Amino acid sequence: MTPLFSVRDLSKYYGARIGCANVSFDLYPGEVMGIVGESGSGKSTLLNAMAGHFAPDQGQVMFDTRLDGMRDTVTMSEPERRMLSRTDWAFVHQHARDGLRMNVSAGGNVGERLMAVGARHYGDIRAQATDWLDRVEIAQDRMDDRPTAFSGGMQQRLQIARNLVTAPRLVFMDEPTGGLDVSVQARLLDLLRGLVREMGLSAIIVTHDLAVVRLLADRLMVMKSGHVVEQGLTDQVLDDPQHGYTQLLVSSVLQV
Amino acid sequence: MMIELNDVSKTFTLHNQGGAVIPVISGAHLRVMPGECVALTGNSGAGKSTLMRMIYGNYLASGSIMVGDTDVASATPREVLQLRREVLGYVSQFLRVVPRVPTIEVVAEPLLALGTDREVALSHARNLLSRLNIPERLWALSPTTFSGGEQQRVNIARGFAHDFPALLLDEPTASLDAQNRDVVLTLIEEAKARGAAIIGIFHDLPARERVADRVVDVSKFTPERVA
Repeated sequence: MTPLFSVRDLSKYYGARIGCANVSFDLYPGEVMGIVGESGSGKSTLLNAMAGHFAPDQGQVMFDTRLDGMRDTVTMSEPERRMLSRTDWAFVHQHARDGLRMNVSAGGNVGERLMAVGARHYGDIRAQATDWLDRVEIAQDRMDDRPTAFSGGMQQRLQIARNLVTAPRLVFMDEPTGGLDVSVQARLLDLLRGLVREMGLSAIIVTHDLAVVRLLADRLMVMKSGHVVEQGLTDQVLDDPQHGYTQLLVSSVLQV
Repeated sequence: MMIELNDVSKTFTLHNQGGAVIPVISGAHLRVMPGECVALTGNSGAGKSTLMRMIYGNYLASGSIMVGDTDVASATPREVLQLRREVLGYVSQFLRVVPRVPTIEVVAEPLLALGTDREVALSHARNLLSRLNIPERLWALSPTTFSGGEQQRVNIARGFAHDFPALLLDEPTASLDAQNRDVVLTLIEEAKARGAAIIGIFHDLPARERVADRVVDVSKFTPERVA
């Protein structure tokens, strides 16, 4: 099996400061990888560089495209990359308002992404939007409300629906459950797990919550000061951490 | 041979405690054939659970740990995940689940992960839950609020949902009443009969005597500790 996504020596500097340095890994179809580390460790920089939100200073970000096989998305043309981020890629922001159009209805938020890939039939778009709102447990009678009228947890679920409606193959998530209260988090985790399994999608999840990665991620990457200090099977990294920093991270978690 | 350990050793290095190096297992050898159940014995702290976690890939180890065709000690995460999906099951003492997921789904999940038809997986899960005397009214609820014994039975049902060719069982009969204990031991006997290689930890002596073909004392793999 060939990787879906393959990152080689990815580096991003902010002047003399390291954002992330020499990150390499392969992600296979259906795999979920977690990236953990304290704030400032470079995990969001890495995620944004991989997702093409800015150009890295060095390295390759290869994606197995439907048409041409493995392509380096860093050297792709801007329109090609934009097309990718509207179709096979999705990005779930930590703050739902960064990923939603706040002055457009919930149904419109989901439908817009469909229209961006060429859907034109209003009835079909509305039907698919309804289906997706239902899957993320947003009641149909809220479809025409704007996200400003939604709770934080609902906004996050709407953002997920908007992202997944085009059946992407790779989803980037930046602290998808951060800032939500615990019962809402649990609901979102359950939803994400189900979607990953049903749709067979691959995902890269940045979080600082080790309990979240334990439940969601197959593999785990630990970052500190822009460098990957350890990576491996999630259970193994959490149960038998090799690096001093990971040991500190794991032993600092409060047991509940 | 289904499970074969050769010269397996394990040390923990505690970087934040002065780099203390703690040897826990040294030179372990173990062979388990299909249809055979081997019970691990030894005092608390001798390394029974540690050895199991090494076989399951939670702990890194040196040496070779063959399960089927995979060497867990050197396999990539992807290979270990595939092994856990298809070949190697593990019933731990603790149930770890996504909150809010109904019990029936928790039990069916290993089958769903293998691509089994949803209805088939759910009906198999229902069957196991009934056998293990989990009342039907609980099936739609998350097991997170269940009693210890109920959680353990859910964990066992989940562990036996797929007919794994190799199984690790960590105290499968602890905290179970006589009736449920008997159900679990029958499940183990059925697994052996279909050719599963099983490694178990049983503090319950009569249970061990009923299902284990052989006993391996892990104390012989415990390194000499510097007092």
